[in-house]
Amino acid sequence: MYKSWWKILGSALVIYTTIGGLLLGVPRLAILNETIRNLYFHVPMWFGMITLFSISVFYSIKYLLGADDEDDLKAVESVNVGIVFSILGLLTGAIWAKFTWGQFWSFDVKQNFTAIAILLYFAYLVLRNSIDEQQKRAKISAIYNIFAFPMMVVLIMVLPRLSDSLHPGNGGNPGFNSYDLDSRMRAVLYPAFIGWSIIGYWIYTIRFRIRSLENK
Amino acid sequence: MQFVKEVRHLLYKEVMLEWRSKYAINSILLYVVSTIFVCFLSFKSIEQKITWNALFWIIMLFASINGVSKSFLQESKGRQLYHYVLASPGAIILSKTIYNVLLMVGLTSIALVVYIIIFDYIPPDLPMFYVSVILGSLSFSTIFTMVSAIAAKAGNGGMLMAILSFPLIIPVMIILIKLSKNAIDGLDRSVSLDEIGMLIFINVITVCASLLLFPYLWRD
Repeated sequence: MYKSWWKILGSALVIYTTIGGLLLGVPRLAILNETIRNLYFHVPMWFGMITLFSISVFYSIKYLLGADDEDDLKAVESVNVGIVFSILGLLTGAIWAKFTWGQFWSFDVKQNFTAIAILLYFAYLVLRNSIDEQQKRAKISAIYNIFAFPMMVVLIMVLPRLSDSLHPGNGGNPGFNSYDLDSRMRAVLYPAFIGWSIIGYWIYTIRFRIRSLENK
Repeated sequence: MQFVKEVRHLLYKEVMLEWRSKYAINSILLYVVSTIFVCFLSFKSIEQKITWNALFWIIMLFASINGVSKSFLQESKGRQLYHYVLASPGAIILSKTIYNVLLMVGLTSIALVVYIIIFDYIPPDLPMFYVSVILGSLSFSTIFTMVSAIAAKAGNGGMLMAILSFPLIIPVMIILIKLSKNAIDGLDRSVSLDEIGMLIFINVITVCASLLLFPYLWRD
């Protein structure tokens, strides 16, 4: 029990934010209306993705320093789960965009750049598949992973702030924080960040254990 | 000091080899000029300046992918091994990067002149546009050199090179196109400082990452 406290914490937070996110009060805003509840599901996906990709880079660095096969497996599995989270983030975003901006794909900078960031990690997986020798594959893909990570950060966190975007907080649009994210929403949103990150980490540890059992 | 000396000697070797055969320079030059000419024949004239700008960067992108990917993909295993015995891996990647930067700056400058002459249009703020061209060839060279090293190690060159480098180069392309668009619109130069700073930042990170990672890459 004492070892799995974080799993219980993560599940409790996600259950709380799902129920609370759908039932608790939210501010009434034009255009957004009830779709503002999607904030609790859309934004935490990006937090989960960033957490998982950071874990992946951490283990890639560790692989280069120690050449342990387990670290390579951890790096690739966290990328796999991170890609799932990023696709979920794109989907929740696309649905939200349909109801507020009018189209599923509104050619918003953040949508485009996230799609490119996903391409970056698909390229990582393609690179892995192109090399047969196990140790060589681990080493080269670890190097590409580390090399690509700063670019991913620039794509997702820096570039959208330089250009116009439909997202709040970019290109002259007021951020959620400034006027309409009241304390009721914060009480659900911040636990959701932590909860979904923990769930992502949990999925990744399970994936890693399955893969290492398969390899034995 | 030893490091600087190694870099200088390797750089001298690269330039010397190129100067003897003049293969890379001539082939990429021919590639760029014929691409520009093909574009001219199909477009005739470009009314919209956005298209003019985008076309220039697309031509530059493919020219530099072809030019820079040579640096590791076309070197024989034996010669690489010989270099690795003689010099530190950091010196090798740095000398290749500097050589590629020199090569690309020269080529893109010539290409810009040809492009301007053929399409008969001069951006209002030409010095600023030239700054973006210099920064562009710098970023293309630093990123593609490292990616070509990775692709060469992975074994199957050309295809992998494109897959690996396109997602990495897209953010740079977006900033570059914005920067050169500012120059075409003749905006005040202080507007472009953000983009210039961003590009320099990306280049510094890329070179640092290459220097740190290449020593792990070259060993088989």
